[in-house]
Amino acid sequence: MWPTRELYTAGMFAFAFGVTGGIASHWFARHARWTSWLFCCTAVLGAVLEAAAAVGGLLQRSEVAWSFASGVPYLQYSIRLDPLGSFFLLTLSVLAAGVGVYSIGYLKHGPAGKNPGLSCALLNLLLESLTVVFTASDVVLFLIAWEVTVAAAYFLVVTNHESAEARSGGMLYILMSRAGTGMVFSGLLLLVSAAGSTDFRGMHGIGEKLLGSNGGIAFLLLFLGFGVKAGIIPLHIWLPAAHPVAPSHISALMSGIVIKTGIYGMARVFFDFYGAVPPWAGMLVLLVGVVSAVLGVLYALMEHDLKRLLAYHSIENIGIILMGFGAALLFRSYGHPALAALALIAGLFHTLNHGVFKCLLFLGAGSVLHATHTRNMEEMGGLIRRMPSTALYFLIGAVAISGLPPLNGFVSEWLTYQALLSGFGATTELTRVTFPIAGALLALTAALAAACFVKAFGITFLALPRSREAEEARESAGSMRAGMAILALACVLLGLGATWFLPVFDPITRQAFGVGISPDLIAGNGFILTAGSTRSGAVSTLLIAVMLIALSGIPLLLWLLWGRRATRATGPAWDCGQPGLSSENEYTATAFSKPLRMIFGALFRPRREIQAEFEVSPYYPKSIHFESEIQPAFEKHFYDPLRAGILGIARRMRMVQAGSLHAYLTYIFITLILLLIFAVRG
Amino acid sequence: MIGLLVAIIGQTALVLLFSPLITGFSKTLKARLQTRRGPPILQPYRDLHKLLRKGMVMPETASWIFSATPYVLFATTLLAALLIPTVSAQAPLSPIGGVLAVVYLLALGRFFLALGGLDAGSPFGGLGSSREMTISAIAEPALMLAVFTVALGAGSTSLSAMAQAAVGQSWRFLAPSQMLAFAALFIVLIAETGRIPVDNPATHLELTMIHEAMILEYSGPYLALIEWSAWMKQMILMTLLVNVFFPYGLTAEASASGIAISVGLFIFKLATLALAVVLVETGNAKLRLFRVPELLAVAFVLSALALISTFLFGGRG
Repeated sequence: MWPTRELYTAGMFAFAFGVTGGIASHWFARHARWTSWLFCCTAVLGAVLEAAAAVGGLLQRSEVAWSFASGVPYLQYSIRLDPLGSFFLLTLSVLAAGVGVYSIGYLKHGPAGKNPGLSCALLNLLLESLTVVFTASDVVLFLIAWEVTVAAAYFLVVTNHESAEARSGGMLYILMSRAGTGMVFSGLLLLVSAAGSTDFRGMHGIGEKLLGSNGGIAFLLLFLGFGVKAGIIPLHIWLPAAHPVAPSHISALMSGIVIKTGIYGMARVFFDFYGAVPPWAGMLVLLVGVVSAVLGVLYALMEHDLKRLLAYHSIENIGIILMGFGAALLFRSYGHPALAALALIAGLFHTLNHGVFKCLLFLGAGSVLHATHTRNMEEMGGLIRRMPSTALYFLIGAVAISGLPPLNGFVSEWLTYQALLSGFGATTELTRVTFPIAGALLALTAALAAACFVKAFGITFLALPRSREAEEARESAGSMRAGMAILALACVLLGLGATWFLPVFDPITRQAFGVGISPDLIAGNGFILTAGSTRSGAVSTLLIAVMLIALSGIPLLLWLLWGRRATRATGPAWDCGQPGLSSENEYTATAFSKPLRMIFGALFRPRREIQAEFEVSPYYPKSIHFESEIQPAFEKHFYDPLRAGILGIARRMRMVQAGSLHAYLTYIFITLILLLIFAVRG
Repeated sequence: MIGLLVAIIGQTALVLLFSPLITGFSKTLKARLQTRRGPPILQPYRDLHKLLRKGMVMPETASWIFSATPYVLFATTLLAALLIPTVSAQAPLSPIGGVLAVVYLLALGRFFLALGGLDAGSPFGGLGSSREMTISAIAEPALMLAVFTVALGAGSTSLSAMAQAAVGQSWRFLAPSQMLAFAALFIVLIAETGRIPVDNPATHLELTMIHEAMILEYSGPYLALIEWSAWMKQMILMTLLVNVFFPYGLTAEASASGIAISVGLFIFKLATLALAVVLVETGNAKLRLFRVPELLAVAFVLSALALISTFLFGGRG
């Protein structure tokens, strides 16, 4: 018997110790060197314990659940490690372990390092509340944990509160989160009213029992509410504002797992609370997924702020996850549980994979930022020589996020393609056309992501340094490298060993659709991953990796046969006969993405301004000033009018709030009368 | 097991040895069409032999990425070549990946090649990388949608299954969906292999180059590997086109005469396709870079039409 409950509780205590200890050390041992070390270790310990508990939740046949009465009506502290929750808990733990180790070194410097005790306390609080979000089995407890997560994340985002950018980013985050929570709250209330209980176990398949259009309304409210958190377009604007300004280990957690609470909420609602939904719901999710994926990556391409670029990629990957979810919903609507299971596995696997590589990339960006003191890629360059390990880990993350074989991003994108393609012949005409086109747009997304990461890696790490800071950059501390190494290893293992990991999804799909399909997805003694059967398509990342290594032997052989006598010299790169190539001649990030900026000009509406000063001839300018920017379409056409409208209403509301005590007493009195009438009549 | 090993070695040898010939053939053909004499057909082999023995000049700024790139590119391209059916409908390594693996292996090679271009630190490398990644990104949806159309007809993303589904349906390529998908893939072939009107493989004028700009700093054996990979990639894409749409002569049995006929037909099909490519190259001028997206948009529309016509006219039959 695996002690799931004990492990879970021990993990919670480890986090709780981190929270209280962190706060205590802020008062008593503010400058002690061991503070960040000790309380990051509690985070890592908690993560390891929770990982063990999650494994228990996934593998045990009987349900792992327990609860405490709170003494308050409608509130039960009930915890349940069902397969879906446990899967997200496992994702959280893997990321938290990497981030925890990384933070040991990271918290010695920077704004987060000024108050290591408080930073650690908030980090542990964030992890603890996330654990409860994924395992709460009660609506009220879930919402409480949800709000604690928002609060903890907010304070972590504004760690560097001296910068106005961090403050406004944090403010936008908390405002959008409030709106999202409002929608989630109303949606859950509708569901609870149908179920008659706040327990998740009583809400399985409750969506259909809602009367009239309420089922659809609740679905939309929950989709949009959780969508704010997940960062779907057009509700994404907080994401590129808040993620980059946070300390990098927090950005990593935000992009890796905090936005996944939105995905968890959607998975819980779509595949647990609702049975079959009407096809429009699945189509909506698929459409939002496609739009978020394509626009997310296009906006990412235009960024030369390394962390904003990564934040936009989170939107893209949320889109890819939702493509899997949308396909799963549609398959279930049309009565194909096995195909729905394939699509859900694709979405969930991508959730884990994105968490791992995005976390890794943000940690890499953190190390770079730490070494060069800038987020602007145009001032980096040449870091591969100065920070070789960081460069290697970032490269692994870049290959993984571009969906290239044999790493983990490829596996989940491959599964998504297969899920979209297997819809042919099984569904109606509409989906027969939309699924392959969604697949083609996924291909566009992946190819653009590859272009974007050629830019991100190439401009940041390769060629010559573009600034003095980049020239003087030094490799980061050992613990930071170790944290990245853990996640890089996870990228490789989840890629090469995907087939051995797949059975984890069986209990989840069994809970959602009543089928476990992992035996069908695995062939050839576990070496080959299939799309339901070997006939419909197969791939083996492990054998691809082995063959790639083997085939690299051929050039080596050729070298032995012919090239041994060949000399090898170094020289300057081709300079068109005008010696003295410097970093100023290098291609910049802006230049790299210029062709795409022009091709998608209708979307970006780029504006550029060139001012040249010259004395004699316009061909010999003395100085050139160049400015280029793209139009933030959603902010301009949707959020600006919205904000203006709200402010206008608020201005008119101001007359109600006159500051006069008599008026307020009158309001209270009127409210009381109204309530009394309501109570008497009701 | 022995059979598999023979198939792997056979196909490796076929692709390695035959791909320079296609390039040589195309170059000669193109020269003749332009009433030039052109290089001998075997010139690419001589180039390889020469480059492999030459010394190398590495740019001072280059890191290990620059040196690793030729190996990664060569290995990924060769592995992709082992996943496609050439003379037999059964590709040697078909079980370890279908058409998605082929496309993504080529993408992995391109990813490193573009990094290699940036690593040199010269502006041309960055220019080439930027353009190469742009064009491949906008070619990708057309490529995938056309491939999906064929895959949906076969009910599989395995290339062997696609070729087998086509065997025995001699006039299938006349179905509207097949013709449209073929047209889309033909445009993608021209874009991906860097042919006129998208890119000019013969140019060495810095500002008009795409592929050549990216590999400007490579020399000696590394350049040989990169050139060879480019030729193999061209052969892969051409083979894909001819064998998926015109699977005539793909052997089922391993008899000597059967293989001989298959090889003969395979060479004939490739030569015909090469002729078509060369005709397009000779008859057109190079497009401006920013006109290329329009061409690729045409390819995407063609493949979308192909998809729609699969169930309007029943492209499976």
